[in-house]
Amino acid sequence: MLGTGGGGGVRTGSLAAIAAVRRHGPVPLVNLADLPDDALVVPMSGIGAPTVSHEMIHGEDEPRRLAEEVERIFGRPPAALMSAEIGGANGVAPVAWAAQLGVPLLDADGMGRAFPEVQMISMYVAGLAADLVIMSDVAGNVVTIRPVDGLWSERIARAVCVAAGSHALMSDYVLTAGQARGAVIEGTVTRALEIGRATEGTADPLGALREALGAARLITGKLTDVERRTAGGFVRGSATIEGTGADRGRRLTLELQNENLVAVEDGRTRAMVPDLITVVDTETAAAVQTESLRYGQRVTVLAWPCDPLWRTPKGLETAGPRAFGYDLDYVPVEELTAHG
Amino acid sequence: MAELRIGIDVGGTNTDAVVLDAGGRVIAKAKRPTTPEVTGGLRAALDAVLSDLEGGPRPGDPTASGPTASGLPAGGHGAGGHGAGGHGRRAGREDVTRVMLGTTHATNAILERRGLGRVAVLRLGAPATTAVPPLSDWPGDLREAVSAGEAIVPGGHYVDGREIAPLDLDAVRRFLDGVRADAVAVTGVFSPADDAHERRVAELVRAEYGLPVSVSHEIGSLGLLERENATVLNAALYGVAAHVTGALRTALAERGLGARPYLAQNDGTLMTLEHAARLPVSTIGSGPANSLRGAAYLSGVADAVVVDVGGTSTDLGVLAGGFPRESAAAVEIGGVLTNFRMPDILAIALGGGTVLRGTPGSRAAHAGPVRRGVRVGPDSVGYRIGREALVFGGATATMTDAAVAAGRVPPGSEGWRERLRAAVQTLDASREAGDMSERMADILESAVTLADEMIIDAVDRMSLGRTGRPLVAVGGGAFLLPGRVPGAGEVIRPEHAEVANAVGAAIALASGRVDTILPAGDGRSAAIEGAKEEARARAVAAGADPAGVEIVDLLEVPLSYLSEPAVRVHVKAAGPLAR
Repeated sequence: MLGTGGGGGVRTGSLAAIAAVRRHGPVPLVNLADLPDDALVVPMSGIGAPTVSHEMIHGEDEPRRLAEEVERIFGRPPAALMSAEIGGANGVAPVAWAAQLGVPLLDADGMGRAFPEVQMISMYVAGLAADLVIMSDVAGNVVTIRPVDGLWSERIARAVCVAAGSHALMSDYVLTAGQARGAVIEGTVTRALEIGRATEGTADPLGALREALGAARLITGKLTDVERRTAGGFVRGSATIEGTGADRGRRLTLELQNENLVAVEDGRTRAMVPDLITVVDTETAAAVQTESLRYGQRVTVLAWPCDPLWRTPKGLETAGPRAFGYDLDYVPVEELTAHG
Repeated sequence: MAELRIGIDVGGTNTDAVVLDAGGRVIAKAKRPTTPEVTGGLRAALDAVLSDLEGGPRPGDPTASGPTASGLPAGGHGAGGHGAGGHGRRAGREDVTRVMLGTTHATNAILERRGLGRVAVLRLGAPATTAVPPLSDWPGDLREAVSAGEAIVPGGHYVDGREIAPLDLDAVRRFLDGVRADAVAVTGVFSPADDAHERRVAELVRAEYGLPVSVSHEIGSLGLLERENATVLNAALYGVAAHVTGALRTALAERGLGARPYLAQNDGTLMTLEHAARLPVSTIGSGPANSLRGAAYLSGVADAVVVDVGGTSTDLGVLAGGFPRESAAAVEIGGVLTNFRMPDILAIALGGGTVLRGTPGSRAAHAGPVRRGVRVGPDSVGYRIGREALVFGGATATMTDAAVAAGRVPPGSEGWRERLRAAVQTLDASREAGDMSERMADILESAVTLADEMIIDAVDRMSLGRTGRPLVAVGGGAFLLPGRVPGAGEVIRPEHAEVANAVGAAIALASGRVDTILPAGDGRSAAIEGAKEEARARAVAAGADPAGVEIVDLLEVPLSYLSEPAVRVHVKAAGPLAR
């Protein structure tokens, strides 16, 4: 739901989390306020090719080797693990990694959603330097990079990832809890759990979901057109939903780029990135990923506000509509949908 | 000399059988109830179709006096055209050269956790993949029934072909020494691209342990956990497969049939019993595939939306180039996710036996769609339709009644409309004054409207936006369908549509497929030729005539985020059966 169409599937990560909790016990969730300033928070995420991650799954030792390297560098072990990206695969897998390490999971992440590019993360917006990257792979290799800037960080990390078989575990922005205050998006793990619980065992999953998200319903209808093209490693395209029932006669177009980025109706923008736009199955309220959009699906498009951090000038510069190539001035979704 | 083929399809409700002559015409057909242990229904259908072929009486026909579950009259199954061999004598069982069986044995075994073998589950991939152990997502009772033990040992490959670790055969031996298993399932990381490690382990198991082995590169495509699941299910089904092939051979021998037997698989093609014994999991999903192929054959249309209306549900599929369009999504069997290719089927709860209710008072118990005072299904009277539907003198309003009231009747249903009209008039006349419930006549009329809307909606979903394709109506309940469906072209109702699935089994080809990753650079052309050759070889191994094998499907998908440009290639070869 928080992947806004992207972020990758959660199935493998969920299975890993269940297996790890079964083997190592439950993972405590901690708040940033409960950690002393010098406690180390380690964001972790998997990087690589989706095809590979479905075939060559993570090994159990990758998080441990990465955490040992953190301890070698900082002189103390991680106090908590954090999801770098709560939406999609990297939102669920950290539960497995935290269980394997026996450390708590921080109730926070770096996006509050999913984003496609490395700098689109709250720690970057907060001005923290990405001058340390630690990677570990299935073979047992650990690589520490001290890049001069974000561009080099991306370039070298990609090269290492390819050498490692296009699949690795990565941590950039190792933080102290003091640094993390104001630089991470708090409460997102709790929010994800609430969203899941809200739609379980209810007669009206869509209504329950809207309430849990505080989301506006942009349209309910039928998917009538999906256009996709792969460019520069990203899937770009658009999807058209024609209204049914009370929405008959209306038509909404979604602009996609891994995630759902902009929703347009009659030339009027109804919602735009960094606010969250998610397509759900009208009947079950299950989220539909952009790669699974298909003609004829009966869907509802929901949109709700992003974290305030993304609405700051630096936040919008990093992940606003112009960062994705749309010539649009950002207007919050509450204002766009207030009279619709 | 006439060369006859028998096609048999074991469905959830009925077991159908047909005899096709050398020209591919249906010269005999029969429909019998599927029995719980499956084999009884198979024998009954075989006896009935042979009897129909040879023109004799059909002793012990349990449905002769009533209609079948899908609303089809059981009498008058004889298709005419006996002796179509045209050699001055009546065709007989000695003329049958091939028997093709599509069966639910394997599906039932998994769903009911019955007759499954104990499998030693071996994954080649350590130190990778250990975060998700084998069978992690299996329902507890199925895992309990199937697993003899699980291990992840060093081996397997990276996406670029390097070894993750040298294959540790001693670790394989240590694991196998400690388990008691009926079969072994071996799944190597990236084996669809490089099967060397799986092959070496298979050789070891056969040579040193004498156990049958399933290797994942023969079973599924990329996606480790789903392929592993399918491979383990395959190994668990060896016993079931032996039972089916044995039962079929015995049934044929008992009836003096010297015909060569084949089993149908999920892509609408056939395999020899020897092949099926190695790949029993491939028989899962053969029912819908047979129905689609049969519809294509009977209608003469290669591109169409096929609507198969049964007693309880309606299956919609799409024919593309004469073959079923395949599902893009992973397929769940008995609670286990697998990734082998299955026909893309949309099933809706609408069939000849679907129960209709006036809405007052029924709101709480049932979840079917409601419109204009009527609720359609989702439950069905199933095989009891012959007793319970209004048209057959029962007290339950069914979709068959609604269709008959609207003037939609199957062939050979003389008197149905009159009988129904009388039943409805009696019902509505007996209503007490002030009864606020719907009149039965109105319920039936609304139900047809609602059912048509369900069909139109389902056809639209399956069309993926392409309108105008003809709609082929098959199955025992095909008469339920309207004469026109918006979004589809002409509605074709081929002769013998009620046994399209058995016809589909009888006319099927043999096939082979390869799903792998190849370099997109200089070696691409040669690599694709190699994949085509492998697919052809697999088709021949499945029983195809080497001279007639053709590549029927070639799909290339570029892979993202890799160092070297690479493509995922899917090749399918198919051809007529070898003589």
